[in-house]
Amino acid sequence: MSDIAAQWNYYVVIVLMMLGFYAVIARGNMVKKMVGLNIFQTSVFMLYISVGKIDGGTAPILTGDAASVYSNPLPHVLILTAIVVGVATTAVGYALIIRIHEAYGTIEDDEVAALVDADQEARERADAGPAS
Amino acid sequence: MQDDPVIRVVAKVLIPTIMLFALYVQFHGDYGPGGGFQAGVIFAAALVLHAVVFGLHRARQVWPMRYNLMGVSAGVLLYGGTGVWSMLAGANYLDYFALKADPKAAQHLGILLVEFGVGLTVASVMVALFFAFAGRLTHIRLVAKTAAHETAEAGKAAADNGAPARDGDAG
Amino acid sequence: MGMFAVNAFLIFLLVIIAVVALNVHRLFALVMLSGAFSLTAAAQFVVLDAVDVAFTEAAVGAGISTVLALATLSLVPREEKPHAIAPLPALIAVATGALLMVSIGDLPQFGAADAPVHIHVAPDYISGSEKLIGVPNVVTSVLASYRGYDTLGETVVIFTAAIAVLLILAGWTRAPHLRDGETENTHIAQNAQDREDGQKDAG
Repeated sequence: MSDIAAQWNYYVVIVLMMLGFYAVIARGNMVKKMVGLNIFQTSVFMLYISVGKIDGGTAPILTGDAASVYSNPLPHVLILTAIVVGVATTAVGYALIIRIHEAYGTIEDDEVAALVDADQEARERADAGPAS
Repeated sequence: MQDDPVIRVVAKVLIPTIMLFALYVQFHGDYGPGGGFQAGVIFAAALVLHAVVFGLHRARQVWPMRYNLMGVSAGVLLYGGTGVWSMLAGANYLDYFALKADPKAAQHLGILLVEFGVGLTVASVMVALFFAFAGRLTHIRLVAKTAAHETAEAGKAAADNGAPARDGDAG
Repeated sequence: MGMFAVNAFLIFLLVIIAVVALNVHRLFALVMLSGAFSLTAAAQFVVLDAVDVAFTEAAVGAGISTVLALATLSLVPREEKPHAIAPLPALIAVATGALLMVSIGDLPQFGAADAPVHIHVAPDYISGSEKLIGVPNVVTSVLASYRGYDTLGETVVIFTAAIAVLLILAGWTRAPHLRDGETENTHIAQNAQDREDGQKDAG
């Protein structure tokens, strides 16, 4: 039990990851998938930042005091850029959702799949029709 | 929202303040939290506020889309160009020590240029994304109008020629 | 110890927000919860000493992301079709989580100063930032100088994303699957017309 308390951050990060992962693979609504992806991403960010934390450390901005302990700056750099890249890819996702809605009138992925199948069948029938 | 004097006046005070704060975050990033990524997003937030309060149309007049395209490219070019400069000075790509004789001044200069490139790109990208998303409805209407016009033209051409017009030939 | 309690509380709050977000069906509420999630995550980053990351998360995750999501919601339906819990995806998610939890036992103690990650390059970065580079903010010196190639790559990624979004949303494209006499414009025009008719009927 003390182990869970000591490694609390890692356990909760994994719970967050599970929630985000479930939203991405199980939910049909595309906006919800994007929010799930966001939660998934944030759980990974949280894992990296938790790894970089040192007990009794401060933010890695040098104070000039030789005795001060700084948390590891490397994960901070990696995650800083990952957040901005994350929002850029999220924007591409939302843009695709808008175009999917314009083309099919729905953003539920099972309905879109059904419409794509129906469209395909109709096309095949139309193409085969005049020839036969 | 354009008609509410409180929001208009508050926005007029806030927008330049936000832009100034973005510049502070940009150039104080060496000494405190901040840097190009944060500054770019904050600068974009000022223009988003302008668009929300005064309307997208006004915001696009103040900050035309071509500024965004120039800013996006110029930022990446500035970043890459700094690397080329250090190569021309005889060092490796993005090795700032070659930029100046004093090593710390050289690093400061290199970091300043690179961070400014990042800030420029991020600010322009965020504004461009907002304009693209918020302007989509207008864009669809414009496309629909053009399509209707094209169809009408095609119909007229068909009537003139007495032959069935095909969509591709009409334009 | 007080810091640890704040940390434990904030990360637990994140789980609560995530669970609520999974269960709401109004997408507007979902987007607002997503913003709240990002802001709580930013507070958590401050507790974990990552002030630069917190700054970025607050500006990007809670700010621009929410604005873009709201702009999307102005164009798409705002209600989610209700779903029951899907057993297979839930099983996959739980199994993945369980495997990861087993591996936590091999991780170094949270906050330990002698973990491998802290003794490899990080001390060089911290001392070098002071002596070689002269920039007090170590994150900035690592971001722009030590790992300048990474940051150049990230800048090019967001450049590419902007080009992609502009092509998707503001471009005039003709899709290859359309047949003769059909253009992308006719489809969009038809759908826009349908939607406006629908709104008129509703209103």
